[in-house]
Amino acid sequence: MSVLLAAAAASMFAIGTYLVLQRKLSRIIIGIGLLTHGGNLLLLTAGRRGLPALVGEGDPADFSDPVPQALTLTAIVITFGVTAFLLALAYRSWLLSSDDEVEHDLSDLDIRLGRGTHDDDDLLNRDSSDDDGLVDDEARPARSSVDPRPEAERP
Amino acid sequence: MGLVLLVHVVVGIGLLLRGRVGRTATLVALTAPGAALLWWGTHLGTVLDGGAVEEVHRWVPTLDLSLALRFDGFAALMVVIVSGIGVAVFVYSWSYFGPNVPLGRVMGLLVLFSGAMLGVVLADNLIVLYGFWELTSVTSFLLIGDRYREAAARSAALQAILVTGAGGLVMLLGFVILGIQGGTYRLSELLANPPSGGAVTAALVLIAIGAFTKSAQYPFHAWLPGAMVAPTPISAYLHSATMVKAGVYLVARLGPAFAVVATGWRPLVVVVGLVSMVAGALRALRQHDLKLLLAFGTISQLGFMIVLFGVGLEATSLAGCAVILGHALFKATLFMVVGIVDHGTGTRDVRRLPLLGDGWRTTKAVAVIAAASMAGVPLTFGFVAKELGFEGMLHAPMGGSGVVLAVLVLGSALTAAYACRFVAGLFGRLREAPTASFEVTPQAASGAGATRHPHAPSWVFVAPPAVLAILTVVFGIVPAPLDGLIGAASDSLSGAASGAHLAVWHGFNTALGLSALALAGGGLVFLWRVRVEKVLALGARLPNGNDGYQRSVAGLLTGADRVTGVVQSGSMPVYLGVILITAMVLPGTALLLDGPWDGWPVLVDSWVQAAIVAVLISVALGAAIVRHRLSAALLLGVAGYAMAGLFVVQGAPDLALTQAAVETLSTVLFVLALRRLPSRFEKRSTTLTRGLRLGVSAVVGITVFGFALAASSDVQPREVADQIVAASLPEGHGRNVVNVILVDFRGLDTLGEISVVAVAAIGAVALARAGRRPRSAPVPSKAGPGGTPRHAFVEVVVRGLVYVTVLVSIYLLVSGHNDPGGGFVGGLVAGAAVALRYIAGGLDDVRRMVRARPWTILGSGLLLAAITATVPLLFGEPILENGYWELTLPLLGDMSLSSALFFDTGVYLVVVGLVFMVFEAFGGETTRSPDPTEGTPSSEVSAAPSEPTPEAVRS
Repeated sequence: MSVLLAAAAASMFAIGTYLVLQRKLSRIIIGIGLLTHGGNLLLLTAGRRGLPALVGEGDPADFSDPVPQALTLTAIVITFGVTAFLLALAYRSWLLSSDDEVEHDLSDLDIRLGRGTHDDDDLLNRDSSDDDGLVDDEARPARSSVDPRPEAERP
Repeated sequence: MGLVLLVHVVVGIGLLLRGRVGRTATLVALTAPGAALLWWGTHLGTVLDGGAVEEVHRWVPTLDLSLALRFDGFAALMVVIVSGIGVAVFVYSWSYFGPNVPLGRVMGLLVLFSGAMLGVVLADNLIVLYGFWELTSVTSFLLIGDRYREAAARSAALQAILVTGAGGLVMLLGFVILGIQGGTYRLSELLANPPSGGAVTAALVLIAIGAFTKSAQYPFHAWLPGAMVAPTPISAYLHSATMVKAGVYLVARLGPAFAVVATGWRPLVVVVGLVSMVAGALRALRQHDLKLLLAFGTISQLGFMIVLFGVGLEATSLAGCAVILGHALFKATLFMVVGIVDHGTGTRDVRRLPLLGDGWRTTKAVAVIAAASMAGVPLTFGFVAKELGFEGMLHAPMGGSGVVLAVLVLGSALTAAYACRFVAGLFGRLREAPTASFEVTPQAASGAGATRHPHAPSWVFVAPPAVLAILTVVFGIVPAPLDGLIGAASDSLSGAASGAHLAVWHGFNTALGLSALALAGGGLVFLWRVRVEKVLALGARLPNGNDGYQRSVAGLLTGADRVTGVVQSGSMPVYLGVILITAMVLPGTALLLDGPWDGWPVLVDSWVQAAIVAVLISVALGAAIVRHRLSAALLLGVAGYAMAGLFVVQGAPDLALTQAAVETLSTVLFVLALRRLPSRFEKRSTTLTRGLRLGVSAVVGITVFGFALAASSDVQPREVADQIVAASLPEGHGRNVVNVILVDFRGLDTLGEISVVAVAAIGAVALARAGRRPRSAPVPSKAGPGGTPRHAFVEVVVRGLVYVTVLVSIYLLVSGHNDPGGGFVGGLVAGAAVALRYIAGGLDDVRRMVRARPWTILGSGLLLAAITATVPLLFGEPILENGYWELTLPLLGDMSLSSALFFDTGVYLVVVGLVFMVFEAFGGETTRSPDPTEGTPSSEVSAAPSEPTPEAVRS
């Protein structure tokens, strides 16, 4: 592990982050690619450098650490799969909107702007326990703000 | 006991499944409470002798959770109420619902409720009790919402489950605290050795809140009147006789043990009970709908019981047991009578009810008996019970018992008053001058009987309430047969043998005087009802519980909207920014405060490394800056090759091979997927401004740098690496340690990882092909992807190259256990062959390469790996244990053939399948479909032009 490798990993992370924070899906995918490079570098530098870990070819004491290498190897292949998936997303986005921009979530936007979209009719459509198709005398009229007439004149 | 509960479950679910069955459902349903009563009868003897029947079924022993059931005196009382009233209600339902109504759903739910209620009173484990408790809430919700097409029924059901469900959660919290403090969740053990302390008091207050919501006590009462939208049998069963008594049941169980231990609990329970008793009775006096009158009456009576049990003394608990039984007898009866009247006349409004004629004599008599019991008139069981309550409270060695008694008498007087109102109303004495349009009012039209003439009920209809009324009178005159049951119930609560004796006549004493006072007061209140009503009308101006509920719900929704508006902005860059900053700042702070730091490590390992890193960083920067899509993708590819170079320098040949192959394929993939997108990134404003993005990136970069340095300064564990290297050949039979780890030591991880790859591949194909029309049988064309005719020479060279590449990939696969290579690398190299073939002949050529479909290859690879992993299990070996055969092969020399090779072949096939899938996804010649149903931009999301762009051949 050298300062240089640490710096390389850090730059991959920084540049990757910069790209990921954008709205174009293809840029985000490239950003994720760079982030994985950074992650793989970190993984790899967690073990020691050395000769390839092939038993019988050199002193095992000089071998590089095989454990992070095994981890990194699967990480690389998984990244390939994920990249394919993300590219399919971009492709789909292009099919639908001729662009690969990640838009605002519209329903989230509605809520933020106070245009609630939830369905709470059943929760709020009644204002008294006595209004359930049941007969009762003291229902709404008692609410003087609704009905300003004196008690005697109410229906 | 478990068997009885099981009968309820089977009958209930059976009825639910046959939802359209008619009123025979009521007969089927009767088997469940019948079985319960039978069981009750056979075990009653044990209980009357002061014993208890216990049953413990192991459930989750590690959580101290067992299905513990206990049948003692109080449980026996509750069981006979639940099942006895159940029988009456089910018989009553036969006539109430009539012949042409599908009843499977209602009766099934009623049976399930009945079972859940039995569970509540039989459970001896707090958590199990909570489970049954919530089941009663859920069945109650479904039953209140029986006429779910009506908005009123839906909102009433929702209100009921929200209030009781919230209370149930609070109660669960109390249960957990109580269980932790007491060291057990067994109710009987907790009551035998009650823990004490501040936490226990808090737990009991929480439990009391749960009980209040369930038993509709102030201020949580509003859901109960709302629940009256349900058909009358449901109101009679759940919302008067049984379910609402669950809260009372709990208070009764806990009262004797904790009333003194937990200071503050008794005053809370008693005050809430008294307020509910008086306020409920006052509300009942204002009602014109008989069902609502009874509902508020129920709140009032439940308050009475809560007071008696909450005091927790021997004498009051005895009275409470009597009141529970008395109330179940008369209140269920009254509800059934209202249902009969409603059925016959089409209204329950006392202002509209006509005078009932001759055929109604039995009904009227039943109503009068039940109402008299409610009022506490002598010679009914209600009187016996109420007398016991007064008597117990008179001699209660408790501060403030006089005040409590006074309020109880006031409540009883009001109860007598609304009992009078009920009878008068039912008999048509409160009728207003009938108007001409009476018959066609919407109320009447929506009622059960629309505009038909009042018709008297059949004897089957009246029989169930009549039987209950007869019991009320019999026990009211000769209460002695109940000595055993009520006494055993009370004894099981207080834990003492009291030898209780119920009697009608105790001589002229104070309690009798108080009863007389209550009856007289009630009569006066009723006689002066015109004046009283004017005063009561003022009560309508007070805030009621329902307003509180409405405001809480509205406030909750508004609050949720506000919080959501802030934390869920809908912008992905904002989300990612927040996540990244959090992921960096929190551990970063820890690193700064307490990180290992051994000074700077070496600056540079080697000059080659420095050169490669320089290339890596500059191409990465380039990829971030360029505005051309494909250039950015190509620069990313170069970064990947630089990484491969770094891997070589670092001593990781497998990684270098894999990275190089992946990068080749990725670049092809990018080109395929991006060729259709606009070639340049348009400038669009984003939520995060450029400066902010740079800031976040800088924070991430700096933190990672710090972490990398800190990690390198930490002592690196050599032991693991050394052990694995040492074990590689003897145990893994391979010299390439990395490969041995992948297919042997950590083979299970690899299996998981190739599953991820398979999922990603399927997802990619599904996404890319979604909305694309299945093409009519792919016609192999003689043209390449660009439509250019094929060149024979290119064809030959490509074919040759493909064969060579495939051979190399197989070599890498087979030799990978000992030399750099393996399934991943081999698969990727084979993928490169597929790419070559694609470049030469397009998707059709790729499809012709192998007979199998891409998903078949992918799936068979996964299957092969999984089978190799699990076969050792058949031989009693651990998963992924490998077998070996020593072989000598030409070209490859001496080698030990390991079953790991099959596993690695699975990996190889998965990767090859992935590559095929990718070409399947992106390699087609489709353009954006001009068909509006397939490619329409979703609403106003896209500001970009939506006409189909021609195939982007500019690449």
